[in-house]
Amino acid sequence: MDASAALVKVLREEGSRVLATLVRYLGDLPVAEDALSEATIAALEAWPASGIPDNPRAWLTVAARRKALDLLRRESARAGKETAAYRWGTERAKDEIEEVIDAVETESQLRDDMLRLIFTCCHPALSREAQVALALRTLARLEVDAIARAFLVREATMAKRLVRARSKIATARIPYVIPSDAELPDRLAAVLAVVYLIATEAHAPTGGDSVARVDLEAEAVRLARLLVELMPDEPEVLSLLALLLFTSARTPARSDAEGHVVTLANQDRDRWNREAIAEGSRWLQRAVSWSGGKAGPYQLQAHLAAAHSTATSWAETDWDRIVELYDLLGSVAANPVVALNRAVAITERDGPQYGLAALGAIVGMERSHLWHAALADNLRRLGRTVEAAEELETAAALAPTEGERRLLLSRLLGVRSEPA
Amino acid sequence: MALYVALCYYDRDRYWDEPPETEFSPEYTEFARRATEAGVMRGGEALHPVTMSTTITVSGGRGGDVMLTDGPYAEAKEVLAGYFVLETADLDEAIGWAVQIPAAWRGKIELRPIAPHHA
Repeated sequence: MDASAALVKVLREEGSRVLATLVRYLGDLPVAEDALSEATIAALEAWPASGIPDNPRAWLTVAARRKALDLLRRESARAGKETAAYRWGTERAKDEIEEVIDAVETESQLRDDMLRLIFTCCHPALSREAQVALALRTLARLEVDAIARAFLVREATMAKRLVRARSKIATARIPYVIPSDAELPDRLAAVLAVVYLIATEAHAPTGGDSVARVDLEAEAVRLARLLVELMPDEPEVLSLLALLLFTSARTPARSDAEGHVVTLANQDRDRWNREAIAEGSRWLQRAVSWSGGKAGPYQLQAHLAAAHSTATSWAETDWDRIVELYDLLGSVAANPVVALNRAVAITERDGPQYGLAALGAIVGMERSHLWHAALADNLRRLGRTVEAAEELETAAALAPTEGERRLLLSRLLGVRSEPA
Repeated sequence: MALYVALCYYDRDRYWDEPPETEFSPEYTEFARRATEAGVMRGGEALHPVTMSTTITVSGGRGGDVMLTDGPYAEAKEVLAGYFVLETADLDEAIGWAVQIPAAWRGKIELRPIAPHHA
């Protein structure tokens, strides 16, 4: 492997760890990010000549630490006074290299550094948008332009969002701490929500076509793996990884050869990634054994995904279990999407007139193409094709992506060809 | 240590008259006492209603025409009713105090870091 390829690999795999160590030393995320960028440039210059160092992470940490001290010195000179971080940095400048190497080598220290960084990036004082951007840049080490493309915003917009988020962490003094036991459930929920949101964004891009997008699903799985590595006995963390493995296993079947969307009911289940499903099942089992009989929302969603993943076909799905799981999920995390999915399962279990009634009882989904499409499906099954066509027209008009719109329009054609 | 101002916002129509001053003021006294004992309190005042406000604009730079308007700068449903200046180690600690200010449940609190002034 050549030096620049090695560097890219180290940055992707270890960049967030280097950053986490730097943040502990500097207490300042923007300075740590800048220092890591400069250390990367230094590595690009040095590695081709000197060869790839034995411990590339330690090399980068030491180089970045030196760059950070330079940055702080410049900053202090510009402001005309010593900043606290500068004083701190120079006071401890002696033995800095040994210290950094020690730090790199202490796994438990590194674990705490990573957790601090993760909880800071997902601090509730930051908007969800900012949390997601930070998770992808700071933790997953994606480039700004790639993140911007994934969220269909201009690169300058994403760069500004990141700068604003980092500067809020520094200015408002969002602390780099692992939440106390009392705070942990809420704070962990925020972290999991960010990773989950990244995964769902991969499935349901909020507009446009899915060309040239980074693989957000793979990034979400990577982040979930990182969380499992750091918090191996948190049942909801294990459940999130299981859930993401189940859903990502279906990705190959989610579109056909022409790139058209294929819904779960019609997917070619031979194209599902069985290895990912098996791994998901193992994590889910662990989650169940750690959760003491009290399933959280991610565990319930993982059970739902597992029930679909292990069914041989849509028709052979255990709809009793699916409805039961949606009822449980609705009792811990009620929202219209859960109610919609429950109604779809009711249709399969009890028939379209019951599904229609369940859909009719949902409030707040009038603007969702999924709700109108589900109504259309039940109406069609009841032979009410004129009404079904109307619902499909509404659904197509509301569809957020071209792919989904095409799917709904092809269903509309099908309904119109049936006798009214 | 960092300085924050906790801006206390109330619904414009409920602030001052309701709930009656006598009812909520002891809670503020209690909060101020605790924050002072903890060494966190760096000041704070309650403000008269926005109907008592005068808004001032000097047009054309310093020394220009002074324009006065009766009332607040911006008509809003929620109005600034008072503030506390808190000194804490970080945002989490400041939030820990802000949730104890009665405005947090009677209205809303905006916590803003105070910019240090350079001498």
